[in-house]
Amino acid sequence: MSWALTLPLALPLAAAALTVLARGRPAAQRVVALASALAVLACAVALVWATRDGEVFAAGMGGWPPRFRITLVADPFAALMLAVTALMVTVCLLFAAARGDDERPYFHALVQVLFAGACGAYLTADIFDLFVFVEVALIASYVLLTLGGTPARLRAGAVYVTTNLLASTAFVAGVALLYGAAGTVNFAELAGRARDSGEVAVAGAFILAALAVKASLVPVHGWLPRSYPAPSPAVTALFSGLLTKMGVYAMFRVYCTVFEGDATLRTPLLAAAALTMLLGVLGAVGRERMRDILSFHMVSQVGYLVMALGVSGVAGLSAGIFFMLQYIVVKTSLFLCAGAVETFEGTGALKELGAVAGRRPVLAAAFGVSALSLAGVPPLSGFFAKLALLQAAFGADDHAVAAVAVGVSFLTLFSMVKIWNGVFWGERPAAATATTAGAGGAAPGDAAAAPPTRRRAGALVAPAAALAALSLAAGLGAEVLWALSQNAAALLADPAAYVEAVLR
Amino acid sequence: MTAAAIVGVLAAAGTYLVLQRGLVRVALGFVLLSHAANVLLIAAGGLGRRGVPIEGSPGPAADPLPQAFTLTAIVIGFGMTAFLLALAFRTGVELGDDDLEAGGGAATELGDDDLEAGEGVGAAELDGPDGSAEPGGAPRREDAP
Repeated sequence: MSWALTLPLALPLAAAALTVLARGRPAAQRVVALASALAVLACAVALVWATRDGEVFAAGMGGWPPRFRITLVADPFAALMLAVTALMVTVCLLFAAARGDDERPYFHALVQVLFAGACGAYLTADIFDLFVFVEVALIASYVLLTLGGTPARLRAGAVYVTTNLLASTAFVAGVALLYGAAGTVNFAELAGRARDSGEVAVAGAFILAALAVKASLVPVHGWLPRSYPAPSPAVTALFSGLLTKMGVYAMFRVYCTVFEGDATLRTPLLAAAALTMLLGVLGAVGRERMRDILSFHMVSQVGYLVMALGVSGVAGLSAGIFFMLQYIVVKTSLFLCAGAVETFEGTGALKELGAVAGRRPVLAAAFGVSALSLAGVPPLSGFFAKLALLQAAFGADDHAVAAVAVGVSFLTLFSMVKIWNGVFWGERPAAATATTAGAGGAAPGDAAAAPPTRRRAGALVAPAAALAALSLAAGLGAEVLWALSQNAAALLADPAAYVEAVLR
Repeated sequence: MTAAAIVGVLAAAGTYLVLQRGLVRVALGFVLLSHAANVLLIAAGGLGRRGVPIEGSPGPAADPLPQAFTLTAIVIGFGMTAFLLALAFRTGVELGDDDLEAGGGAATELGDDDLEAGEGVGAAELDGPDGSAEPGGAPRREDAP
């Protein structure tokens, strides 16, 4: 099974090269890109199946002894993340093809490099390689974000690039400190080291702080709502599924191995989580565009994930992993809905929209299901995630942060209802109809100027609808995903099997 | 101690430049910051051990692993610098200045207020599926053949 670990890296990189060669032939590029995403998806599903009993697969590169080689390792957590990432890339590629975003010559190559970086970050067993893979993913994302070079995108790009670059520099400085203190960067050798050595703990905390910027934790979250709404909707959806989650995954990995249950950072993590949940959702209140609102909710939801990390223990980590897996699906679905609305109506501003539900019932249903799942309404997947998280928090006597989590859920529901009322119900403002018809600001060649054909409309709605259905399925069949999450959390809480596989 | 002083000076100067408004200065700031990180990485491998890592050579040698890390970090830093400079150039072409808060463009007056940033972002939504709404047309697009 170990040979399969190289495929999630090799396939997207090969596909990136092929799509560059196939420049000017969008159909060929699409086929190559989708084939790569589907192949990695198949590989990831196989890995999830193979690791379902808590087995860990490791593949050492280059025949060096375990301490020095580059090791790729798939434990259940990494396999699950890989599977959901590959699924999101597939869905976003389909949406981009329907919207025509992927007709830019290098779009596919950049997406594949981003994909390879994310896969590498999930599979690596080495904190320096983690840095490298995160950078690989980020540099592709810098270009994707600024693709097109409009003033708005350049502004968003400057904020996004500088913040992430600063975090990366801090990350690599943290790696240097960690190597200086511990003499290794291998997760297996670092396991539990922060408990014995204060120096390693400081270096680890430094790295966690750098990763917190990438995960957009309050108070270092400001870049995300300013930059994520700027690129084309397919890119926003892709980023929401891949990028901040990579930061959260890295936080889980570093905290669970290097600190291994050490409780020193528990209080700061929980405090940051509570603040993130609250400030994220409050930030969304004043926003008037679909993707702006959703971006602030993204910050808020990262708070839930970090809360799971702070609660820790097998119960907390299971809840966190379950939450993350279903949340990636739900959030990507919401961004795809927003993207579809923007394509159909030519705007994402709530004031200029209305009564979309009458014209696009399937899109409205997809948005409704995903929004309710985000808020945590049964029987959708978000409900079970929050239930498990709250149970874990009460079990660990973290009542205050649990109370914040419940309160924020209500505010999330309020915010989703605001989008629903503004976009899908009510009547479309007359002034807005004139605007999108080309009078005030809508550029020629805009989607609203030429109503999409029936077939293209279906292709735009289908990805979001499929993900919403998946959220419903994950809610109704929560037991399966819950068992997988518990299995992954058990290995994360007790890394003995991981250590043994990596150093074998 | 020398390494610590070098890292401190580089990081301080880099931080000062990163906080400037012009993107070229920010890019130069990141050059200095990444050098600070590189020196830190080298220092993690031990600066005092200067022997040659060959059999029979005198004295203990430095740890080669952080040196490999540093090489990797330099390459990544080089790529990032190139991208930042390209971004600065492109911003200069689009806005007439590499300062993002000044210059022309659709939504400039809302630029530096966080609460208004979303309004500025609105312009991005207006480009159609074929990206035809971009100012400047084909010759200036970075993906033009």
